[in-house]
Amino acid sequence: MNNKLYQPLIFELSHSGRRGDGLPDYNYGSAGAALPSALLRSRAPELPETDEPTVVRHYTNSSNNNFGVDTGFYPLGSCTMKYNPKVNEAMVGRAGVSDLHPAQPAATVQGALRIYRTLEKYLAEVGGMAEFTLNPFAGAHGEYTGLMVIRAYHESRGDEARRKVIVPDSAHGTNPASAAMAGYDIVEVRSLPDGTVDVSDLRGKLDSSIAAVMMTNPNTVGMFERNIPEIAEAVHAAGALLYYDGANLNPLLGVARPGDMGFDVMHINLHKTFSTPHGGGGPGAGPVGVRAGLEKFLPDPRVVEKADGSLDVEFGETAFGRISSWLGNFTVYIKALAYILTLGAENLAKVGPLATLNANYVMNSLKDLFELPIPGPCKHEFVFDGLRDKSTGVTTLNVAKALLDYGFHAPTIYFPLLFHESLMIEPTETESPETLDAFIAVMRRIAEDASNDPDKVKNAPYSTPISHPDEDEAALSPVIKYADLCSSTD
Amino acid sequence: MTIYYLPTHEYIKVDGENGYIGISEYAAKALGAVTYVDMPEEGDELTAGEEFGAVESRKAASDLFSPVSGEVLEVNEELADDPRLINNAPLDAWIVKVKISDPSELDKLMDEAAYADFCATQH
Amino acid sequence: MNAHRYLPHTPEDIDRMLAHCGAASLDDLYADVLTQLRMKQPYALPDAMSEPELDRYFAALAAQNRPMTIFAGAGAYWHYTPAAIPAILSRSEFATAYTPYQPEISQGTLQYIFEYQSMMCSLTGMDVSNASMYDGFTATAEAMIMAVAAARRRNRVLVSAALNPALVDVLRTYAKGPGIIVDTVDAPGGVTSPVAVAEGLKAEDVAAVIVASPNFYGIVEDFTGLADMCHASKALLVMNCHASTLGVLRSPGEWGADIACGEAQSLGMPLNYGGPYLGYLCCTKALMRKMPGRIVGATKDAQGRRSFVLTLQAREQHIRRQKATSNICSNQGMMTLHAAMYLSLMGAKGLEKVNRLSADAAHALAGKLADTGKMTLRYPQAPFLNEFVMDVKAPLTADAVLDALARENILGGVRLSDSSLLIAATEMCSPADIDRYVSIVKSL
Repeated sequence: MNNKLYQPLIFELSHSGRRGDGLPDYNYGSAGAALPSALLRSRAPELPETDEPTVVRHYTNSSNNNFGVDTGFYPLGSCTMKYNPKVNEAMVGRAGVSDLHPAQPAATVQGALRIYRTLEKYLAEVGGMAEFTLNPFAGAHGEYTGLMVIRAYHESRGDEARRKVIVPDSAHGTNPASAAMAGYDIVEVRSLPDGTVDVSDLRGKLDSSIAAVMMTNPNTVGMFERNIPEIAEAVHAAGALLYYDGANLNPLLGVARPGDMGFDVMHINLHKTFSTPHGGGGPGAGPVGVRAGLEKFLPDPRVVEKADGSLDVEFGETAFGRISSWLGNFTVYIKALAYILTLGAENLAKVGPLATLNANYVMNSLKDLFELPIPGPCKHEFVFDGLRDKSTGVTTLNVAKALLDYGFHAPTIYFPLLFHESLMIEPTETESPETLDAFIAVMRRIAEDASNDPDKVKNAPYSTPISHPDEDEAALSPVIKYADLCSSTD
Repeated sequence: MTIYYLPTHEYIKVDGENGYIGISEYAAKALGAVTYVDMPEEGDELTAGEEFGAVESRKAASDLFSPVSGEVLEVNEELADDPRLINNAPLDAWIVKVKISDPSELDKLMDEAAYADFCATQH
Repeated sequence: MNAHRYLPHTPEDIDRMLAHCGAASLDDLYADVLTQLRMKQPYALPDAMSEPELDRYFAALAAQNRPMTIFAGAGAYWHYTPAAIPAILSRSEFATAYTPYQPEISQGTLQYIFEYQSMMCSLTGMDVSNASMYDGFTATAEAMIMAVAAARRRNRVLVSAALNPALVDVLRTYAKGPGIIVDTVDAPGGVTSPVAVAEGLKAEDVAAVIVASPNFYGIVEDFTGLADMCHASKALLVMNCHASTLGVLRSPGEWGADIACGEAQSLGMPLNYGGPYLGYLCCTKALMRKMPGRIVGATKDAQGRRSFVLTLQAREQHIRRQKATSNICSNQGMMTLHAAMYLSLMGAKGLEKVNRLSADAAHALAGKLADTGKMTLRYPQAPFLNEFVMDVKAPLTADAVLDALARENILGGVRLSDSSLLIAATEMCSPADIDRYVSIVKSL
């Protein structure tokens, strides 16, 4: 990346009269739409007028101010920033779907439907589930979808008194938010000092008002919930279902399957475990899997196999409803499928252990200088509670910013909420030992600097395109569009 | 004016039949620079112990609970323009003025000394 | 254990690292996973494929897809994608970045989101745009929930019968959780009835009225007086529009809407068999703090340089958890970049031209199809842009028309009933394509 700030916005490169479109000049010989002026804009939208080279250069230069997985190590905990294979992208072009309209007859899109169905089956194998839907657009969307499946299940049994969902206090923020969107009240369950769920607290909260318990395993502090069989039994005995937040599935590849642990419903983040790019926020995908008996509640539309072996798109009578325009973020499936096929069964099974090895290696190399509140071994990630030397006043935020000067992305900070100075590191399996050693050396140097010259760390970063943006001011007087920028006075 | 507190750090300063509700110095400090105050409307009815708005800083949001029941007589419009007044002088920067419908509700609140003790137990 | 190209570790690396961790084997690191939970057999998945094998695999699947000349819309429109866009989208500095949590090294992402927000505000005539939603349907569902949250204690929405029925299905799904009552407002003659809206508003607990233009039937609706009517009843007006049409049509802001939302796929995004697309969500300044999703704002850094950051985060799930308006924590990053680039390349004039070409094509097709005597325009009095409904005259059926066209690789539209079709045209349909369509219908 280029550490010199590329400043202009595309609006500032606009010049009246420039054109950048490549539209045809067809003459259809019709009068066209004669819309009354009341239905038309009173004036044209304020869009840039730019030629193609200007646009291409603008976004190329702007991209140089960005850090991605291809730029360097991205140990962002909970986000599984593994390498995004290039062949995945190439296969999107190869699969011949770019000009397929979603309303095309099934006979003309058998290849696309086969991709969908094949990935569903492979994910079911990895998750230990009976069936999957790929429709959800993102992890949070998957959580919502899974909870609506659970809601439909209870309603189908006339069991409508279940109005609550139990969520651990260490859970991702989306868990309680998704449960609330699905109409549930939230009950929090405590974590023990080792970061796992307090089973006795959970037991005390399980009754006939509970629809589901949401868990991620390993949890957000990177610990495996070893009591999961006991938890699953208690949850099921109370008539509730167990939901698996698949955000942390990566370390389980090749080791264990959520379905075998007693989970009834789960989602998978294809943009984490299955290597599809995060794209600065999206598009991702959050497929949802269910155990046998719950398939019928999955959302519409479904891809189904006909007796003759062909595939079709269908709407079911027992589906809880519809959550998307069509069949979800289709090109993301192509990438995830390409990833699974490229690794194959044998290599896919190495992903979890190597991700876990990398995390433990980094943890063990830094725990003398950083506070490790929960001793390992961890799984794919672990959490430090800031530096061990608390006398310097150097915070987790300072450490995160200092890393940027060394060409590393920062870890996740101030999450989970269990600790004041959470610094959550997830290296993923695609990082070589050399990269990890370089990161470890830098982290040690920052810790050393924090003790010797705390201000040096507190004032970092120094070399990035911008430094110390005033985020309070941004929230106090929001400037959220170019017109605001033009009208705001200094 | 007598002042009372809730454990959720809202205060009410009692002025005859009316009260001024805001957040304590302790809460303002914990929250950091306030960037926005979500306020009810004049005429809204508040219920003791229930939510009536929120205070936001850049990276936190804290719901506001009402110490008493009563009608909102006035909201502090100055906070819409400059929410940082809460950080500058929380006890002056009241958020809503209410007509206290049941003065006996005040008996359930902490007085200044009790609240100071309570804050000392928080970390 | 042999190294794979995505898995750099050699056996020696693994041994060294394990020793450093005080573990004897990789298995040791999973000592806390009970044996009963461990996988008993390998994944029942195929063996690894080389790149040439993978290429052949997907090429074989591609051979089972049949691209068509597309005269269908129903929310997904076949517009051309400027080649410059995929070229930039493939830049991994953009593609392999996460949500821009660290503004110091994410100005690229933050900048294009800011540009996108600016352009969407201008197109919709609204004050604020978020950084995008998953698709047009979920954006509209979020608009509904947001309106109900803003309204306090009002729990009913009126939904025009002229909305895409699949969108109404999604709204009904999302209404279940918060217990929102969804009432349908009649649309006789294909347009939302103001009388029915007025009747519906009498319920006094209406939080929002949701309408679309162009609506599901392609009709450009006249919403004169609608915003006033809603506001007089303290209800918000939510407008759903296909983003491209906002280049020419009166904007939601000009109609007095409070929330504008919808699908932005029409900004030249490839059809890709249904996704990824792009939902947009814009609102008035008064509603800004109730808006779900990411928002990028401008500020200055310590040296006074203009900088962009994620802002107003106190609204979001990672802070408010169950009290957030929404659980969304992503945006369609690469699709917002697509939209920003498309709108930069097209400009207002290009956008006007693509709408004119599409409308000309659609009107030419509608006229010629009516001239065959085999079909009639369902709503002849209603103004439309690039999409319209044709009634097929007996004994001909909608299926017979679609099948005949499909045999010639033409997607003739979306079947609405045994005897009606929803047909769309764009600049991708040449005059010759239109003549081909018409001559096939004539021959039936």
